[in-house]
Amino acid sequence: MYKLSNVLLACVFALSVNAQENAGLRLPAGFSATLFADQIGTARHITINDKGVLFAKLNNANKAGQSIVRMEDANGDGIAEKISGWGKYGGTGIFVKGNQLYASSDDAVYLYQLDANGEVTNPTAPKTIIQNLHSRRQHASKSITLDPQGNIYVNIGAYSNACQEKDRSVGSKGMMPCPILDSAGGVWKFDGSKENQSYAQGKRYATGLRNVIGLDWNNQTNSLFVTQHGRDQLNTFYPTMYTDAQNADLPAETMYEMKEGDDAGWPYVYYDPFQKKKILSPEYGGDGKLEGGKNALDPLVAFPAHMAPMALLFYKGNQFPAKYKEGAFISFHGSWNRAPLPQEGYFVAFVPFKNGKPSGEWEIFANGFAGADNNKSPRGAKARPCGLAEGPDGSLYVSDDSKGAIFKISFNK
Amino acid sequence: MQFKIVSLIIVALFYCVQGNAQNMQKGKKIYETRCLACHQADGGGVPNMNAPLDAASNVVGKDIARLVRIIRYGYNERIALDGFYYSNAMTASPDLKDNELADLLTYIRNSWSNKASAITIAQVQAAKKKK
Ligand code: HEC
Repeated sequence: MYKLSNVLLACVFALSVNAQENAGLRLPAGFSATLFADQIGTARHITINDKGVLFAKLNNANKAGQSIVRMEDANGDGIAEKISGWGKYGGTGIFVKGNQLYASSDDAVYLYQLDANGEVTNPTAPKTIIQNLHSRRQHASKSITLDPQGNIYVNIGAYSNACQEKDRSVGSKGMMPCPILDSAGGVWKFDGSKENQSYAQGKRYATGLRNVIGLDWNNQTNSLFVTQHGRDQLNTFYPTMYTDAQNADLPAETMYEMKEGDDAGWPYVYYDPFQKKKILSPEYGGDGKLEGGKNALDPLVAFPAHMAPMALLFYKGNQFPAKYKEGAFISFHGSWNRAPLPQEGYFVAFVPFKNGKPSGEWEIFANGFAGADNNKSPRGAKARPCGLAEGPDGSLYVSDDSKGAIFKISFNK
Repeated sequence: MQFKIVSLIIVALFYCVQGNAQNMQKGKKIYETRCLACHQADGGGVPNMNAPLDAASNVVGKDIARLVRIIRYGYNERIALDGFYYSNAMTASPDLKDNELADLLTYIRNSWSNKASAITIAQVQAAKKKK
């Protein structure tokens, strides 16, 4: 007994020491991590220019009154020593293309000019590229990405859970057709170089997406990939149809390849990963079994429910082993709507790809963000993975939007 | 074992101080079916999304009418709560009876780290009359 507990203690000790060595993360063999920056603010998405300068968009301005933070690791020790920032508005999206830096608030997208050193030249006078998008609190964040032609794709999340007449209310029916879909619940496409665009100048590129936070352009397929946050609270609103345990596992969080005009089916259906079917939402007459969404896409990948995919990144570099090339990294914020069952997520997952299609099961790549002894309560989590970016040397960066850490993950040849 | 005894003593003391264990138990039931999904088992809510009830100044505060109103009609105002904003829309519970509201309020005001006065049915009725 005594011996066993000693062994256990030794194990725990070894684990915690090891964990700290990698900034508290658990990684596959051969990988290591450093805490690139810490306490920078509520860091949502991140992006890196070709010199390795990293920019983070903050959800709220930090203590220094900045909402875009610039980080540079000039001496290459894996820790940013030059940290500065600008901007007052909160938001999620940020994307650098050459010397152009796009950043979003919850209703607009702005464009900043960078100089040769990656310093912003117009911090207080960006160009307004897109404006007056719906920002109605729920799912208000605007994620952005660009294609090689310079078109910009913006997620406009649905300001609702399941398009009920009265949102998140017991017994309230789903609206038919869902009026939200004309101006939200999808991805819109705009010209990345034109100023002052809004709905009239843009185009609804893909619809039926409740809320997409992770999106990335895939250069192999030359198409847009997104990760959707599935609906909440099946058990709260339909307790006779769904138990707490069923709600904890339904519906799947999903990844889609979206071509122009595609529909992922929200709010009329959700994806059940066990039946492997699109199931009619109970708000629209479903009973947990009836299928729906004949014209809606099936997901390419189905992840466990409620884990909240925050960013999607196709890995282009050569630093990581060959299996990672062209595969997808997805950061999972961590669930809340699995309660009363234990929460899940708080990790970065990987899906291998071959010829532009998933070629194997998803797996956990980096774990331990919530903290070694955390029970994964959303409030208690040490870090909540959010943004992802790939450095010019092929290192992977992960941001945390609760305490403001940036992790740098590298493979040691 | 020791832990169990200690927590029993704490719970027992707690109920002596806070009065009616039965009301707390009933309030807990309502919390678990209607509130826990968003506000979580630890009352901590979800950062940026669902407000915490644990250690929230309004929850242990004096404005009972506001608390009653929020629970009955739902809440979606985006004003700062203890300095933070929350994006979700809170579900209304218009069907809760006065005694249930009293039990529920007593429960959230005396759970986790919260310690505040229990709420009576009379207080709920008075709160409903206020605008
Ligand atoms: C769908 C999620 C959800 C559910 C279910 C829910 N709430 Fe809330 N609650 C919220 C959100 C979000 C806020 C903050 C809203 C805002 O800031 O506009 C909130 C705010 C509150 C507040 C105000 C907190 C403060 O600091 O002023 C109280 C009190 C409260 N909720 C109690 C309850 C109780 C009791 C229940 C169960 C009957 C409940 N809530 C169910 C999401 C929810």
